[in-house]
Amino acid sequence: MNKVRLLVGTRKGAFVLTSDSKRSHWEVNGPLFAGWEIYHLKGSPVDANRIYASQSSGWFGQVMQRSDDGGQTWKPVGNQFEYAGSPITHQWFDGSQRPWEFKRVWSLEPSLDDPDSLYAGAEDAALFHSSDGGQTWQELDGLREVKGTLWQPGAGGMCLHTILLDPGNPKRIYTAISAAGAFRSDDGGVSWKAITRGLRSDFELPDPAAEVGHCVHRIAMHPSRPDTLFMQKHWDVMRSDDAGDSWHEVSGNLPSDFGFPIAVHSHEPETVYVVPIKSDSEHFPPEGKLRVYRSRQGGGEWEALTHGLPQENCYVNVLRAAMSVDSLDPCGVYFGTTGGQVYASADGGDHWQPIVHDLPAVLSVEAQVIS
Amino acid sequence: MIRVLLPTHLQRLANAGQEVRLEVAGTPTIRTVLDALEAAYPMLRGTIRDQATCERRAFIRFFACGEDLSLESPDAPLPEAVACGEERLRIVGAMAGG
Repeated sequence: MNKVRLLVGTRKGAFVLTSDSKRSHWEVNGPLFAGWEIYHLKGSPVDANRIYASQSSGWFGQVMQRSDDGGQTWKPVGNQFEYAGSPITHQWFDGSQRPWEFKRVWSLEPSLDDPDSLYAGAEDAALFHSSDGGQTWQELDGLREVKGTLWQPGAGGMCLHTILLDPGNPKRIYTAISAAGAFRSDDGGVSWKAITRGLRSDFELPDPAAEVGHCVHRIAMHPSRPDTLFMQKHWDVMRSDDAGDSWHEVSGNLPSDFGFPIAVHSHEPETVYVVPIKSDSEHFPPEGKLRVYRSRQGGGEWEALTHGLPQENCYVNVLRAAMSVDSLDPCGVYFGTTGGQVYASADGGDHWQPIVHDLPAVLSVEAQVIS
Repeated sequence: MIRVLLPTHLQRLANAGQEVRLEVAGTPTIRTVLDALEAAYPMLRGTIRDQATCERRAFIRFFACGEDLSLESPDAPLPEAVACGEERLRIVGAMAGG
């Protein structure tokens, strides 16, 4: 009998939500690491009991945690993140250059074949790798050589929030960074290139088609089609079919093409989910209606999914890492809000139910299926 | 014997009590006390001071004997009452609310 485990990171701790494969009744455990910001937790694809968590605090800095028993017990591992190589400075708001300064780990991506290997995306933006289960970390500093001196923080910080590993090509890694753009490595993270051709940021950049500086909010990929990428940009939902070498817009009939998360159905590579948000200055759903939009055509044509979601007076946000899908059939879709709700759909988005209403603001949601 | 009072979050992280007792060779200073604390509780590395520069984190304070020692040199001798274990060195998360 399969079980589903949701790893939920919040502003004040982590929660583990579990259900059987029906996904109608949920057990809520937590808070773990109470009082700390948990930006992300993620399990190893090859060992569901190996889970990593990023724990941080404005007072006490960064702690990394590892569980080897599915979240029952945790052990602090290495938390020393030192920037290597160059550049040593990036753009600041006033046009000056400012040294890179580590603030926290936003995203974790365990290796597809080794539970001791994982990547961590940091603020200030950089990609780190550990090959010893999180005990030590090394920066893959070739990433910052892609015009890093021109990167500057967005409102949410200069964070590396998306890491995608190509299941068909172990040397290929995608990353995305707020207010810097999207990047790809084809040599295991040694060298990188910007993959931003086709992106336009007419209101945010002096050169709307600049190579770097686009505020990419999230990228998603179906593992069976690693060359097809879906992007939620600051404004615009974008698609690439050539591993990011070029992008075209697929916002179509969305009520707003601003938003944060984007996810792909686990069995239908052309079925994509977004949560439209009104605008960059009004971070809540249009018309106060919380709607997930689903496209079954890989973008362009979108349908509102509303059954079970609040359709009046809803002014929460859904942050970039707070949406996930499980691998069961039918596909489960999950998302968390800044109001502390976690919603679940056990039928690909047709119907939703709140698992919990009143958690701290949700930063991330990851789904695991446990056999 | 140096007695150090930890803030709640670091007690939990270290799986320690409110007060930890440390042996420090020579004249105790903030630096030597933190060296001993991090040796006894390695999971606290980076949570009180930067691991590379050893600079105090911005929202950490060191109080003892009714005084704020945060801005003192980390190599300054601690008050005698702390050195002899009569008073505790308090590691405090600074007020940073609103």
